[in-house]
Amino acid sequence: MIGIEHYLVVSAALFSLGVLGLLTRRNAVNVLMSIELILNAANVNLVAFSRYAAGNLDGQIFGAFVIVVAAAEVAVGLAIVLTLYRLRRTPNLDEADILKG
Amino acid sequence: MSGEAFVFWVFAIVTVGSAAVVVLSRTLIYSAFALLFTFFGVAGFYVLLGADFLAAAQLLIYVGGILVLLLFGVMLTHKIYDLDLRTETTQLAPGLIVAAGLFVILSATAVRTSWMSTPRPPAATTAEIGRLFLSTYLLPFEAASVLLLVALVGAAMIVRRRRDA
Repeated sequence: MIGIEHYLVVSAALFSLGVLGLLTRRNAVNVLMSIELILNAANVNLVAFSRYAAGNLDGQIFGAFVIVVAAAEVAVGLAIVLTLYRLRRTPNLDEADILKG
Repeated sequence: MSGEAFVFWVFAIVTVGSAAVVVLSRTLIYSAFALLFTFFGVAGFYVLLGADFLAAAQLLIYVGGILVLLLFGVMLTHKIYDLDLRTETTQLAPGLIVAAGLFVILSATAVRTSWMSTPRPPAATTAEIGRLFLSTYLLPFEAASVLLLVALVGAAMIVRRRRDA
């Protein structure tokens, strides 16, 4: 019998992998991918709660808004990464240190 | 093992396994294509959870839109003849410790809490979601549309090449 705990544990695994990527990758596009993993983990949680705990559709509505915000975030994020690449010829985040005092 | 449990475990293995490839692969293009399978697995979870509208939206927006955008990002930030699309990792050990600790804490909380476990009977959700968007959630719905417009205009402004300004 699959209960809500199963979905929550899988979502925790997705979230932790996303955090691992966020902390360890140097490439900016890879960091954006990790953020998508984290958002997907949150969405699985929301939909699971909508099915099991709340019993209404509020979680799914919130999940739809998360997808919208993820699309906007990736568009702006990639625009920033492309501009950074044009400026510094590198996609690596730790080399973008022009603002360092 | 029931059919639902079998399908759940298949999706769980596909999702978490390909997410691990996304994070740990040394080659950027492998990460991008592994992300495709992660998105498919999450869409499968939505179907299992009775969220048919969100599953379709996940496939259309994530697989059809966000993944293509990310592939553009991979291609545009690396020279195309530069086959060595390798990326390095930094601070791997502290990151592993933090991520493993997060996973243990989160999953322990999820397992030890006694949740209400009466699943909503599966029903088609699209009509109800549409009705909620245009009644209860009208203001967030409009705000989201404005947010998308602003994000698109902003992205176009940021990547625009200035001509000798």
